[in-house]
Amino acid sequence: MTPTEKRFASGGYLDRSQVLKFTFDGRQYEGFKGDTLAAALLANGVSLVGRSFKYHRPRGILSAGAEEPNALVTVGTGARREPNLPATMLELASGLEAASQNNWPSLRFDVQSVNSLFGPLLSSGFYYKTFMGPSRRAWMFYEHFIRKAAGLGKATTLPDPDVYDSRDDFTDVAVVGSGAAGLSAARAAAQAGARVLLIEQDFEIGGRLLSEPAGAAWLRAMRTELEEMANVRIMRRTTAFGLYDGNTLGLIEDADPFAGPVMAAARKTFTLLRAQSIVFATGAIERPMVFSNNDRPGVMLNSAIRTYVNRYAVLPDRNVVIATADDSAYLTAFDLLARGARVTIADARPLAEPTLLAKAKQMGAEVHLATNVADVKGKYTVTGVVLAGKSGTAGVSCDLVGMSAGWSPVLHLTSHQGVKPVYRPEIDAFVPGQLPETQFVAGGAGGSLSISAAVAEGASAGRAAAAVAGKVGVVAEAPALEIEETAGATTVYKPIFGQRKAFVDFQMDVTLDDIQLAHREGYESVEHLKRYTTLGMGTDQGKTSNINALKVMAKLRGISIPEAGTTTFRPPYTPVPIGAVAGRATGHHFRPYRLTPIHDWHTANRAQMLEVGLWMRPWFFEACGTDVNTAYVNEMRLVRSTAGIMDISTLGKIDIQGPDAAAFLDRVYANGFASLKVGRARYGVMLRDDGIVFDDGTTTRLGENRFFMTTSTAKAADVLSWLEFLLDTAWQDLRVSVSSVSDEWAGMSVAGPQSAKILAAAFPDIDFSNEALPHMGLAEGAFKDSPLRIIRLSYSGECAYEIYVGASNGENAWRDLIDVGAAYGLKPYGVEALGALRIEKGHVAGPEIDGRTTLSDLGMGRMVAKRSGYVGEALSHREAFQAANRQRLVGLKSIEPGKRLRGGALLFAPGEPLQGHGRGRMTSITYSPELDCYIGLGLLAADFKGDEVVASYPMKNEVVRARVVSPVFLDPAGERMHG
Amino acid sequence: MLRIDCPCCGVRDHSEFRYGGDATVERPAHDNPDLDSWYRYVYVRPNPKGLHREYWQHVLGCRQWLVVERDTVTHSIHSVSFSRRQRA
Repeated sequence: MTPTEKRFASGGYLDRSQVLKFTFDGRQYEGFKGDTLAAALLANGVSLVGRSFKYHRPRGILSAGAEEPNALVTVGTGARREPNLPATMLELASGLEAASQNNWPSLRFDVQSVNSLFGPLLSSGFYYKTFMGPSRRAWMFYEHFIRKAAGLGKATTLPDPDVYDSRDDFTDVAVVGSGAAGLSAARAAAQAGARVLLIEQDFEIGGRLLSEPAGAAWLRAMRTELEEMANVRIMRRTTAFGLYDGNTLGLIEDADPFAGPVMAAARKTFTLLRAQSIVFATGAIERPMVFSNNDRPGVMLNSAIRTYVNRYAVLPDRNVVIATADDSAYLTAFDLLARGARVTIADARPLAEPTLLAKAKQMGAEVHLATNVADVKGKYTVTGVVLAGKSGTAGVSCDLVGMSAGWSPVLHLTSHQGVKPVYRPEIDAFVPGQLPETQFVAGGAGGSLSISAAVAEGASAGRAAAAVAGKVGVVAEAPALEIEETAGATTVYKPIFGQRKAFVDFQMDVTLDDIQLAHREGYESVEHLKRYTTLGMGTDQGKTSNINALKVMAKLRGISIPEAGTTTFRPPYTPVPIGAVAGRATGHHFRPYRLTPIHDWHTANRAQMLEVGLWMRPWFFEACGTDVNTAYVNEMRLVRSTAGIMDISTLGKIDIQGPDAAAFLDRVYANGFASLKVGRARYGVMLRDDGIVFDDGTTTRLGENRFFMTTSTAKAADVLSWLEFLLDTAWQDLRVSVSSVSDEWAGMSVAGPQSAKILAAAFPDIDFSNEALPHMGLAEGAFKDSPLRIIRLSYSGECAYEIYVGASNGENAWRDLIDVGAAYGLKPYGVEALGALRIEKGHVAGPEIDGRTTLSDLGMGRMVAKRSGYVGEALSHREAFQAANRQRLVGLKSIEPGKRLRGGALLFAPGEPLQGHGRGRMTSITYSPELDCYIGLGLLAADFKGDEVVASYPMKNEVVRARVVSPVFLDPAGERMHG
Repeated sequence: MLRIDCPCCGVRDHSEFRYGGDATVERPAHDNPDLDSWYRYVYVRPNPKGLHREYWQHVLGCRQWLVVERDTVTHSIHSVSFSRRQRA
């Protein structure tokens, strides 16, 4: 047949006015709008489209749907190169550039097809047995070459230039699949009053009806009716790839290639759909037969041939052998015969439906009962088959072979949530198990292979699904659908053993022999079979191979199919690009980040910013040095000698009110708060229930029944939730309410010997004398139209003030302080210096409060010596926390001039071998300008004797001697901060 | 996605909530010094198959702590109530 003879002049779902040019392996072809790439290739006489995964065997087009294991192509070039796309699902578009895969140098002359000659060697497990045998090292050497030889298409390594979207959606009823069952279900649910979303993976509505010429009028009428209903939405080119908890469906939608260049149009869109109820109308997939060379280009599923003939108006070839164990294949034969093809039917069953036999014979087909295909002749195209029947074998020349071994319901989605499929022997297939009350199955997906049953089941499923959403309106009878139907399989198809190169899994190149080998070697369970042979592990997830493999294994073991069981189906049903799930949340938009009210000032004043959790904070300011190591030391000197200002807006801030607020705080903080006087602040430490330190911060008593709590930046959300938990669950009798005010207040800290003078100049209404505002004192006032709270607190060890002002005036207050303070030498400083200042002062922070340390570990055991009734008390007394080798907080000072310390270094006794976990670890380090050496905080075993340790940092091979000292390196008496 | 019917806000995705652990364990009184009671409260869990009562907080909504009755096998949610109303 010449290519022009393959396409009929009329019929099918094609727009012949739109001729589309495309290329395949560099050659240009033409197709029509409405074609898939597979249909257009067949119409152009291209039957060889790829090489197989392991043996590099020539492969053609097997199917006409998402189950395609052979015709996988790479589309696009450069950054847009996308591999492993089934040609059977690719909507033809003008300019489409597709290429075959897994061949070199060309599809026709593939060097590695010599693998085929070594077929007997390349059985399952061959590579592992052969190359792993000698040694692990040998495998590591060979693996590279083996992986290179086997494989599918190659993805691009360039950044993806396309835009993807992700969106959320809601509906009353989701209907997956738009065949007869889906259309009928959508119509019924919509008429009952439900909001309906109809989801179709194809670019055309109709499912198998598109291959049924007699169903065209019905399909048109249903489609029109649905499109006119306001409560029905239809998503085409959309695959429901996964079912998740709460009737949530993951959908992936391809862009419409004919939509035109819309700005910001996404290449693919990911939708997370929440449905009150779901109707699975996903249809069924036809199974291949297993015979020698059943993978040759030109061997197709009978249903696929029918689809190409009727939907795409393509006659793949004229001399056809139809092999079948199922009545439905006769419909393919009739359609082929009507198009003038020569058809020989090899029916594996001893008996077939007499009316079908009569019609086949009357139309001119040759029918052989109890006859199987034993072998296929030809390499790049089919030239004939060997038929084996009761009277022996006979060669028949042909150029197209169809095969039908029954149908597998597409039940993948229904089992994603753990509902086990159930075997139904009368249709020789698995069907969905008992689904939850909000999920329904209709049509082929449930094993009903007739179209009239699909329509009826769809209508009742649609009605029931609408009722779940509370919609019970009147549903009119659906229009009748008159169609020629067959009864389905009448005998169970059994693969015949003893055939070589009889493929079970086409994509993973798994043959009948491989399964027999797996069985011989003891890999009998389906899960072991899958892993040993890789059966079902391709990108097609074994849609055409699983049941045949199961049958083979069941027969080998002499057990029934339900006893053999089936593997677990997991999302996704078809491959989903990660880019689509990410949507626009990439790069800079990967996660949100938070800015303080003073952020713009920082960036305008040469701050180097640092991500701290979600926050952007000034790391250091270039005013004190252009690299961090210079700048932070200068910033430390600034704070110690004059004054520095720091943005602390990121601290968690919680407003606590109520008659029992003091009693509440007295319980949640390990140290006491009941005695705190109004207008005073106190440092507090919270424990978890297990006795480990949770967080620290300061809380100020604003009034008798009102407190202002600050938490660390990192724990702000956890602390608030924890307080709410205690009040909502455990201590409902306490009359306290807590509320986050983190975003309401901007915070800044002015620290250093000049700080009191600067504040007095900036806020002349407030008395900053030691008497009026002592250490841990509070002053309240107003700044412009915002409330103002100034709390004298020190983190750095200097005299310091925390200034809180309404967020909208945060930058104004900051600017005022900078302006007024300039005369005193005030400059901003960043988190690097902040962290260093607190180390000098011996204050613990995140590296020490690491979820493993107790109050005693951190040297704060005395804070709670006489207290009881606080959170975490009981378990903090447990024996393990009192162990003699418990690691406790120490100060460490480098005693090797010029050598730095490193956070994370392990601590050993001098002379001890530097092995294992050591006696402790370095938690925080800094260079101290005050001491002119590196200092650090660490946790060291309490029973460690001696005042010197060796700090080992194996990652950099550094070993430094350090002296064990008090963690308070600076001003132990606290004279600086008390002023 | 679990869908939790918050009694204040309506049906929402579980990503709006924070999980808070087992709601069947009784927290000892705050001034109970008994180590064993606290050990059992903090660490000992029955891990049931089937219906389970657990705490969830609607952190991105009303911020209420809720008691959610969830089937640990099917993930279906049988009831949702305010934790305050449960005990009060």
